[in-house]
Amino acid sequence: MAYTIIADDCTACAACELECPNGAISAKKSIYIIDASKCTECQGKHKSPQCAAVCPTGACVPA
Amino acid sequence: MSGEIISLTSIGRLSGSKRTTAGGCPSAQSHDDYDPALWERIKDHPCYNEQAHHDFARVHVAVAPACNIQCNYCNRKYDCSNESRPGVVSEKLTPEQALRKVTHIAARLPQLSVVGIAGPGDALANPKWTFQTFELISRNLPHLKLCLSTNGLALPDHLDTIKSFGIDHVTMTINMIDPEIGARIYPWIFFDHRRWTGLDAAKILHERQMAGLEGLTAAGILVKVNSVLIPGVNDHHLAEVNAAIRARGAFLHNVMPLISDPAHGTAFGLGGQRGPTPEELTEAQERLGGSGVRLMRHCRQCRADAVGLLGESRDADFTLDRIPEQPVLDLAPHHAYRAHIEREWQHRRAARAAAGRQLAAAAPRGPAKLRVAVATNGGGRVNLHFGKATEFLVYEADSTGIRLLGPRRVENYCLGGFGDDQRLEAVIAALAGVDVLLVAKVGDCPRARLEQAGLRIDDSHGQDYIEPAIAACFAAARQAGLPPRRASA
Ligand code: SF4
Ligand code: SF4
Repeated sequence: MAYTIIADDCTACAACELECPNGAISAKKSIYIIDASKCTECQGKHKSPQCAAVCPTGACVPA
Repeated sequence: MSGEIISLTSIGRLSGSKRTTAGGCPSAQSHDDYDPALWERIKDHPCYNEQAHHDFARVHVAVAPACNIQCNYCNRKYDCSNESRPGVVSEKLTPEQALRKVTHIAARLPQLSVVGIAGPGDALANPKWTFQTFELISRNLPHLKLCLSTNGLALPDHLDTIKSFGIDHVTMTINMIDPEIGARIYPWIFFDHRRWTGLDAAKILHERQMAGLEGLTAAGILVKVNSVLIPGVNDHHLAEVNAAIRARGAFLHNVMPLISDPAHGTAFGLGGQRGPTPEELTEAQERLGGSGVRLMRHCRQCRADAVGLLGESRDADFTLDRIPEQPVLDLAPHHAYRAHIEREWQHRRAARAAAGRQLAAAAPRGPAKLRVAVATNGGGRVNLHFGKATEFLVYEADSTGIRLLGPRRVENYCLGGFGDDQRLEAVIAALAGVDVLLVAKVGDCPRARLEQAGLRIDDSHGQDYIEPAIAACFAAARQAGLPPRRASA
């Protein structure tokens, strides 16, 4: 149970990193990646996965 | 690129150059119609003071990549078009890199007076990086003004921080006060941990913008409001926007054109929504003129990493790879430039006063109004070769005064030794509605074509201040009883 980032769609805007309640997202070269071991799909913290809600390009999707 | 910025070595040359001086003593007052305290706050801000845009430069540092709203005129693969032209990608910086870059530029560009954060996303969607950058700049370069641009959604949360940094200028993009219209501009916003769409999104954004504006003006901060003119969507709504921001104490209203190109991949671009023509933009601005909020006419929609005088992009000269690890800060040129500008402004003020008298005394026949396009390289002078101009400043003169209508952007006609005919036609189209073209120089070929298109060319005022040159054109047109001849493509 985790989200992932479609590399081709990521513009490296960092919006998801700023919203992730678990610090699961970080920059890797020119894109961002989600550490699946830290991602809880935001359960218990927010109603919807924050990265998907803020991403402007729809790059954050269920793995 | 609009050519070389005034260098320190040229200051002496400029000071000694041919000058139109008034008979009377230059006014000792601050400036035309500002009160002295306000003038102090805006005198060296190129965006907030139309006069200063000839002489002072700004740098934008792209430390804020994230955004919290989606606009239909924006494609997030590129910069935010809230402040920047769409379709460009700025070099993203960390706060430390931003300090390095600004320190280096401050030592090389004596005109530098303002550091702004305008994206490439929204400055306040990245509050940590934005305020870290301001912290570093204000500690190390206290002579520079701080400026920030935002869509306003997060603004109410950061009012206290903005005040604590002494940020004196904030720009907010407000395109609507009616959520029905907002829903056609903003497909969604991210607020309070969720995505909102449609009317809900526009309503929240509107309420946050108004609360933010009120908070800023209550704190005495000067607020510039940008509104993107979107034909058929908000063009007839901007008077209401203007009234709403005036009621809340905004300082300046800047109506800027939607830039819409399918190649930029924006929702508007792909959907066939067009931007306004230069004349439509001028008309929209004219409709708001006299409403009580100053209208900004000299905006260039700079990119999020813009460097230089407005209308000039020297960003390519100052990319991170060209900046030393440990730049040395030397403010001597900056102080010399300040002293030069103080003197220069006295002369310019006197020249403008003399121009005003010449307008009032012009013969009572001929055109009531004259539109004049000027090729300038800064310094408030007619000092650019036609072929080098990447923009023309269009002014309107009548017997009561001279007003800037706005810049018209073009691609420079001359390409190192030869002219580009297609570009010439585009320049003529961009100068629609203009009567006279004031340039430092122009080649014979383009001159013939420009005249054929109905423009009168005047290259007899090279290096003169803009206002007296325009006044002379106006007086000559009146004297000759010339009809206004608006050039058309
Ligand atoms: S929000 Fe989307 S585009 Fe931005 S960094 Fe995250 S995945 Fe990439
Ligand atoms: S779904 Fe939530 S926890 Fe997982 S990466 Fe996205 S924001 Fe972080």
